[in-house]
Amino acid sequence: MKRILCALLAVLMLVAFAACGTNGDTDTTTGTAGADKTEVKVGFIFLHDENSTYDKNFMDAAVAACQEMGVEYAQKTQIPESTDCYDAAVELIEVDGCNVIFADSFGHESFLMQAAEEYPDVQFCHATGTQAHTAGLKNFHNAFASIYQGRYLAGVAAGLKLNEMIADGKITADKAKMGYVGAFTFAEVMSGYTSFYLGAKSVCPTVTMDVKFTGSWYDETLEKEAALALINGGCVLISQHADSMGAPTACENAGVPNVSYNGSTIAACPNTFIVSSRIDWAPYFKHMIECVQNGTAIEADWTGTIETGSVVLTDVNTAVAAEGTVEKLEEVKGQLLDGTLNVFDTANFTVGGEKVTTYLADVDTDAAFTPDTEAIKDGVFAESTLRSAPYFDLRIDGITLLDENYG
Amino acid sequence: MSDKVKTKSSHEPLFHLVKRDDMKWWQAWLVRIAAIVIALLLVGVISMLLTKESFGSIYETMYRGVFGKLETGSTVMLWKFLQKTAILLGLSLAVTPAFKMKFWNCGAEGQALVGGLASMICMIELGDKLPYPVLLLVIILTSILAGAVWGVIPAIFKAQYNTNETLFTLMMNYVATQIIKYYLYIEGGGSNKINPVPYGNLPNIGDNKYALNVIIVLVITILMYIYMNYSKQGYEISVVGESQNTARYIGINVKKVVIRTMIVSGALCGIVGMLLVSGTNHSIDPNTVGGQGFTAIMVSWLGQFNPFIMVIMSALVIFLNLGSAKVADTCGLNSSFADITVGIVILFVVGCEFFIRYSIKFRHSKKEGKV
Repeated sequence: MKRILCALLAVLMLVAFAACGTNGDTDTTTGTAGADKTEVKVGFIFLHDENSTYDKNFMDAAVAACQEMGVEYAQKTQIPESTDCYDAAVELIEVDGCNVIFADSFGHESFLMQAAEEYPDVQFCHATGTQAHTAGLKNFHNAFASIYQGRYLAGVAAGLKLNEMIADGKITADKAKMGYVGAFTFAEVMSGYTSFYLGAKSVCPTVTMDVKFTGSWYDETLEKEAALALINGGCVLISQHADSMGAPTACENAGVPNVSYNGSTIAACPNTFIVSSRIDWAPYFKHMIECVQNGTAIEADWTGTIETGSVVLTDVNTAVAAEGTVEKLEEVKGQLLDGTLNVFDTANFTVGGEKVTTYLADVDTDAAFTPDTEAIKDGVFAESTLRSAPYFDLRIDGITLLDENYG
Repeated sequence: MSDKVKTKSSHEPLFHLVKRDDMKWWQAWLVRIAAIVIALLLVGVISMLLTKESFGSIYETMYRGVFGKLETGSTVMLWKFLQKTAILLGLSLAVTPAFKMKFWNCGAEGQALVGGLASMICMIELGDKLPYPVLLLVIILTSILAGAVWGVIPAIFKAQYNTNETLFTLMMNYVATQIIKYYLYIEGGGSNKINPVPYGNLPNIGDNKYALNVIIVLVITILMYIYMNYSKQGYEISVVGESQNTARYIGINVKKVVIRTMIVSGALCGIVGMLLVSGTNHSIDPNTVGGQGFTAIMVSWLGQFNPFIMVIMSALVIFLNLGSAKVADTCGLNSSFADITVGIVILFVVGCEFFIRYSIKFRHSKKEGKV
């Protein structure tokens, strides 16, 4: 009897302890439904949870869009790129009653398509995917954003910073070398660092760039080490396309300026953060919800731009950025908006010393990844127009890949 | 205070533990069930405090996350639950003979992965070349073979050179993971992934994707029970596990038993890998087994190496995983919440074993007087 009493006491203490330790606020995941139109409930499938900057970016946009549109939503976090994604979609439809499903990771695609085949009345939207335009499924859609425009702008800020360093006599013009920490040697990353480089080159013509790959979207240690290796290799400014704080932290410790990604890192890196580009997914979410409410079809491929509000820059950290950066960014942004400036204008880069006049990109996904579509149109590499996900994978002059990593 | 009292008090601590053997089997089970019930109540209380939802709605959300809307005749969620339970159970069954032999096979993850990889390679390379029944047979045999090879390598080293099998099997997991990454690199081209392959998939029963997996694992459960309890090999395993010297004394070839048992263990993991790749995902990545190979170790222990108790334990673990993931997703909690609830329940289940085996005797303080 004594023992049972002890056990009960222990449980009581645990409960009391738990009660003391928690006073967490909770988010409610329900909004109020719209009135006259088709009622929408969105189901979101996330690869990780809010601890990943990549997923947090989607999660914040999801909450913002659904609240603004007044629709209900449900979510599943930590869904791997396997049948679990199919199961999650089925659960969101069958149990939570969602009629629009969105998944945020590249590898979710084929499993989401399985569910799309089985539920023709439900719309399925997928970020970063490549197969919607060839799959022939009316209810399966891809979306991405022309983030290369944002990276180009961030590159302009980087180039201005290099110019300032040259003017201050900190470096000579031929030492203007940037470093870039990439995740994988895929088109998505290659398109990103190339546009970043072109942005810098547009204001600082002597700039060169070294790139290192970590082989992971999120590995703080590897990203830190890669950034340090680049800094030790003579890079005077670092940017990155990976999701941890590794590279920004390494820059802050070494006192090297950093152009960030996915959001501002100014809180952790006040002395080195210049600016950051990111994709705001809220415009797409709103578009997708509107389409279902009005019963209109969602595009097979949707590419967000600066114009749609999908490609955004954070505030410039004027303490670190060169003078006049804010004004210059506004000017270049204007040129991108009115079409007088194209990021991948073949007049601005060479491959092997030659201007590119024709290039077959791998746009339609097949097992062998054969290049299939001409991507150069009117002297411009037409990025993210043939499908939403990037396919620019040229290796242009001025950028040196120190290693390659395909995972 | 005198020295005498001090010595006395150190002789008789506040309480001491006594091994008990008086508890009847049904009493032990009552304690275990009570532990699980208390743990579940505690989970409910913690969820309630974290989410400000009502106590009852927590369990309702958990139920929905596991079984969905059974009342409307929708069984998709139930089947997902059964499927996940079957996979975990299969891996738990696979490690059990090794554990009973006190061979710490921590390599179920890797053994299942190579089994799955073998299936994947057959599906891709032979998919359109062999007739379907032959292809299925080849897939099953190669997966079993791959798993068995992965399991037997540490066993041979253990038997011949007495290497540490825990470390060895653990390391083999990493090798398996890296091989799969390499395979994805060559097979997946630039995208680092393999789209589901339409060849060599295990057949659906009706339009149910998971039923065959569940049935196969159930059959394995029964066979494993018979193997462990009624076969000569099962008996040899338990003797080797109890005492290798005894085993040698009565003429059991210990090396042979170690190697043979790990072949069985690895082969079963290989089958589970096949169920995951050919039967479920039709694709592979390093997370295909998703850490279940490690959870299986715990399930096997909790089930006390009894296949039928393991059915309950793996169902419990999956129930908690799916249920609390739903609570976390619905109430905006972090997804680690699922791990916390599973942790609480396991702690209680393991903890109650202690009270089943030992009783606490408190000091009879009156004798010594004030200390």
